[in-house]
Amino acid sequence: MKKKFDPTVLVLLAPYWLLFAIFILIPTLAAIALSFTWFNTLQPPRFIGLDNYVRLFTQDETFMKNVLPNTLQFAIVAGLGGYLLSFVLAWALAQVPRLPRTILSLFIYAPSLTGGVIISVVWSIVFSGDQVGYLNSLLLNAGLLREPVQFLTNPLFLMPIMMVVTIWGSMGVGFLAMLAGVLNVDPQLYEAGALDGIKNRFQETVYITLPSMQPQMLFGAVMAVVGTFQAGAIGVQLSGQNPTPQNAGQLIVNHIEDYGFFRYEMGYAAAVSVVLLGLVWIVARLAWKTFGNKED
Amino acid sequence: MKHARFNPERFHKAQLPLYLFLFPLALFMALPILFIVFHAFKPLDELFAFPPVFIPGHPTLQNFSDLFGQIDKGGIPFSRYLANSLVVSLSVVVLSVLTGSLAAYALSKKKFGARSLLFEINTLALMFLPIAVTIPRYLVMSQLGILDTVFAHILPLLAMPVGVFLIKQFVDQVPDELIEAARIDGAGDARIFFQVIVPLVAPALSTVAILSFQAAWNNAETSSLFVDGEDLKTLAFYLGTLASSSGTTVAGQGMAAAASLLMFVPNLIVFIVFQGRVMNTMARSGIK
Repeated sequence: MKKKFDPTVLVLLAPYWLLFAIFILIPTLAAIALSFTWFNTLQPPRFIGLDNYVRLFTQDETFMKNVLPNTLQFAIVAGLGGYLLSFVLAWALAQVPRLPRTILSLFIYAPSLTGGVIISVVWSIVFSGDQVGYLNSLLLNAGLLREPVQFLTNPLFLMPIMMVVTIWGSMGVGFLAMLAGVLNVDPQLYEAGALDGIKNRFQETVYITLPSMQPQMLFGAVMAVVGTFQAGAIGVQLSGQNPTPQNAGQLIVNHIEDYGFFRYEMGYAAAVSVVLLGLVWIVARLAWKTFGNKED
Repeated sequence: MKHARFNPERFHKAQLPLYLFLFPLALFMALPILFIVFHAFKPLDELFAFPPVFIPGHPTLQNFSDLFGQIDKGGIPFSRYLANSLVVSLSVVVLSVLTGSLAAYALSKKKFGARSLLFEINTLALMFLPIAVTIPRYLVMSQLGILDTVFAHILPLLAMPVGVFLIKQFVDQVPDELIEAARIDGAGDARIFFQVIVPLVAPALSTVAILSFQAAWNNAETSSLFVDGEDLKTLAFYLGTLASSSGTTVAGQGMAAAASLLMFVPNLIVFIVFQGRVMNTMARSGIK
């Protein structure tokens, strides 16, 4: 027997799902469709099958030699590193009293409030290429340098700086979720664990804390994955150049922008976008496998 | 057990190693923000002093008055960017909380066929990267004719899967009996939504408000990609242009720092006001 359909459901769902369709679903499907075409925005798209993907993986030297390795390196150090650090910070913060905890977590959370543009202004004060930059001046004074280093346009330094800056700004919602998660673990579990022969803090963390806060760890992981790949524009913002000097800080996100907005090769840029979305999806699935509900 | 326990009431010497770890890190996190605060109040000669001064010796509001007196090439005063940012951010906050909570209410408490499918699609979309589909978004918006309008700023940000996700986790915890009781008392969906659901999920709504405020307030991409007219661009975008030209002009750096501070402070205030509620939301809303 079919239940009577309640028309108010449509009214409730329509605004959000309409926007969802227009700005998430259709653009994603359009990116997939465009990725099989040649399209320069002036002439109508022409179907070319898998050519864009073949070109991306076999002929695009910048992509295979710089962009992809850079992105993976960046994702592992800044993404995974930032994720682990936010757990350790949450774990440590949960063990100090309320007042210092609130103040310290505000300090740690504050950088994530700065968002894209401010980040580059803030850090250019530190890494500015002349002697007025804080780091240059510090190193000059200490006698470690003879003349100022152009940190932000030097291919050697750009990637490490991008990683530090991204980790600095990544203690956001995911970090707060983990902090709440550690605080909410039932204290009786720790007592029971001690009776069951848990010997040290490491075992306690692995066998009690982490399993009890799985939902928050997974939420934090998804936020970290998305945040890291989204933060990719940082190299261009810091160095002020796209492509970044010698492609040192070039990530997939910048590659898309380079082809889409500078070269008007929309079909090719769409193929790169699809690869990026696929990559994010794979990494997030890995997080799901690690922390997701085992019964599913 | 003798060692520091979780959520302790007071200080214990076993916590010392934790402080030794936390203090330097918190300092590292806070320092760059202090730099920008100090920078914003420095007079010209201190901005470019060598060796650099950290704390301004003669603090001044000059950078701020320069900034507010700034009129760009197109004749757009600074206050216009600020006003645009405020209008856009407030609209995004109100509308995203409204559309998000309506959808979350339906997904949680209404019975219909596609319910679990829609929620799964939404959870999958948590992994969505707006930056990856900028070009198709541009094409869609040009078809709709909303490029170069205020809607280009507001509408894309309303599609915020994490908002629906967080609110739904809260609506799930509102007992069905409460809704049934209200219905027996003669309340319609509108009254149930505004008088029963909204007050009970307030912490989640504040969290979504903060997240959407940050997304809108810090957004510079819309101004550079989807909007042509200078009079429709936002503060975040203007800060970007100040920052990229500040390397060459002397007065630019002070103004960029002052503008960054103006960008940062509203984020901080909004967060501090709602902080407790955010923690409350996060405790209850992981992905199960």
